[in-house]
Amino acid sequence: MSEIIQIKNVSKSYWRNSLEIPVLHNITLGVEEGEFLALMGPSGSGKTTLLNLIAGIDRPSRGELSVAGTDIAKLGESALAKWRSSNVGFVFQFYNLLPVLTAYENVELPLLLTKLSKSEKKKHVEAALNIVGLGDRMKHYPKQLSGGQEQRVAIARAIVTDPVILVADEPTGDLDKNSAQEILTLMERLNKEFKKTIVMVTHDQHAAERASRLLHLDKGDLSANGKG
Amino acid sequence: MKIFKLIFKNALRHKLRTTLTILGISIAVIAFGLLRTVVSAWYVGVDAASANRLITRQAVSFIFPLPLSYKDKIEKIPGVTDVSYANWFGGVYKDKNQFFSRMAVDPETYFDVVPEFVVPSQELENFKKERNSCIIGADIAKLYKLKVGDQMSLEGDIYPGTWDFVIAGIYQPKFKTTDAMQMLFHWDYVNERMKVEMPGRENQVGWYVVQVGDPSKSAQISSQIDALFKNSPDETKTETERAFTQGFISAYGSIITSMNVMSWAIVGIILLVLGNTMVMAARERTREYAVLKTLGFSAKHIVGLIFGESMFISFLGGGIGLLLTFPIVAGFSQVIPKGIFPVFEIETITVVLSVGAALLIGVLASIFPIQRALGTKIVDGFRFVG
Ligand SMILES: Nc1ncnc2c1ncn2[C@@H]1O[C@H](COP(=O)(O)OP(=O)(O)O)[C@@H](O)[C@H]1O
Ligand SMILES: [Mg+2]
Repeated sequence: MSEIIQIKNVSKSYWRNSLEIPVLHNITLGVEEGEFLALMGPSGSGKTTLLNLIAGIDRPSRGELSVAGTDIAKLGESALAKWRSSNVGFVFQFYNLLPVLTAYENVELPLLLTKLSKSEKKKHVEAALNIVGLGDRMKHYPKQLSGGQEQRVAIARAIVTDPVILVADEPTGDLDKNSAQEILTLMERLNKEFKKTIVMVTHDQHAAERASRLLHLDKGDLSANGKG
Repeated sequence: MKIFKLIFKNALRHKLRTTLTILGISIAVIAFGLLRTVVSAWYVGVDAASANRLITRQAVSFIFPLPLSYKDKIEKIPGVTDVSYANWFGGVYKDKNQFFSRMAVDPETYFDVVPEFVVPSQELENFKKERNSCIIGADIAKLYKLKVGDQMSLEGDIYPGTWDFVIAGIYQPKFKTTDAMQMLFHWDYVNERMKVEMPGRENQVGWYVVQVGDPSKSAQISSQIDALFKNSPDETKTETERAFTQGFISAYGSIITSMNVMSWAIVGIILLVLGNTMVMAARERTREYAVLKTLGFSAKHIVGLIFGESMFISFLGGGIGLLLTFPIVAGFSQVIPKGIFPVFEIETITVVLSVGAALLIGVLASIFPIQRALGTKIVDGFRFVG
């Protein structure tokens, strides 16, 4: 299998008041197509930062970064936005659904940027919502759904464009145990059945066990540790 | 779903806040429209005034009369085509709160110098023949449901006593700006009675109305007239009707200026109201903009969302305000005595200014939130805690 994510000597620092805050040090990492990678590590170790780099919503300070065959560190702002919309699906800890839109409309959101016809959009949205088991909640607003259901809507939104990679930042961090299990089962299914490459940040050992590989991040340094 | 739907849903997210903002904008637009209408109504008086009509009055004050004998002398000046005269009568008709001009005029010449008062020729003939007849403006006829042949009885104050008139004719205003709230009757009729009842007050003229053939000669002819009566007991001051009206208006200039300023201050207030709403809305949605950007929405979309919402609110508020301005101005024009403003209605320019102001406010109010939304990096947007 080929590496769909190639990270070579990537460092990342943030700047606050002309003060450099180093976050990631010289990270090198390859992720195979179809892998389900879990990233663990203490709070503040740079997990979200690394995930953001992979997903193309932030840029490395140094190093090379190729995702899905594109050298995304070299893309301009709008090219990068376009790249994200067709290559990456996002799942966040706090779901980040738009409260004014129904489940259906939230899932439809990424499709507004495509040239699909109205009926094709409908087909995609309904398929995505059916995969996450919410075909009967399409007209519900986020606040009418439970946390677990909201997260499932968010997952439907992440997969509706059929991206090759899913990134998930503590997707179960805000859920009770049962809902968390459901979400993890769903993620597993997306990985096995739908062949999505998944990079998931988590705090939770149980969550990490669902993944095919586990990596630890500590103060900006990676260390391998896991079943893979 | 279209992006338009999201704009709409965003705008209605906080229904109370949006409603209050729209209401605030509507009220401000009404106030703006009303003030602009008052301002433009004032200036209509100037526009309506003729440039080739001179007013000759007593040099010291408008309230002192001039001798009747001046008429023949003024007529002899080259370039003068017509001379007429009038007296301010005052008095009360029925309701002392309902104001309209009542003047004693020279029946033979007066309608020659005010061609904007259109009287059917037969009615004008009848008026000239009947000493106790009068001609009234169409608006007076309408207001009091009067017709030719009806009686009008005035209670005099400057000219004491009860004065009875028969309506010989009704004049129609030639232009929209023409005052159709004047009552005109025979100078002779008033003068005869003065001769008997108040000797010493006969043969007095309030002012002369002098028609000149060539308006460019107005200034020259004015000084010729005034030179004629220099060093006499009753010196004159002659100016064009327009200058005369302007002088009248400039006396109220500071009020008009402050109304002008106020109307624009109101626009500023609307801007603050909407600007505040938009800044609050955009701040609350920092995280949502980060989500949209993450999903691949570009700056263009974010600008569209914020700008669209700002425009939506400002146009809804502006539209409601403008629609309500029409009946409100109409209501005001009912209660404002007719004679004060010949025209009190919303001018096209007022509508244009209101719409323009709403547009400008919509644009300005969205600048700051747009700047903020675009300037915030995705990762910072996600870390933002409102
Ligand atoms: N946008 C940012 N600006 C400044 N500092 C940041 C930013 N994002 C993260 N950091 C800092 O980088 C470090 C790692 O953050 P993060 O990647 O969110 O850690 P984790 O997700 O592992 O908890 C923290 O010290 C955090 O304060
Ligand atoms: Mg994190």
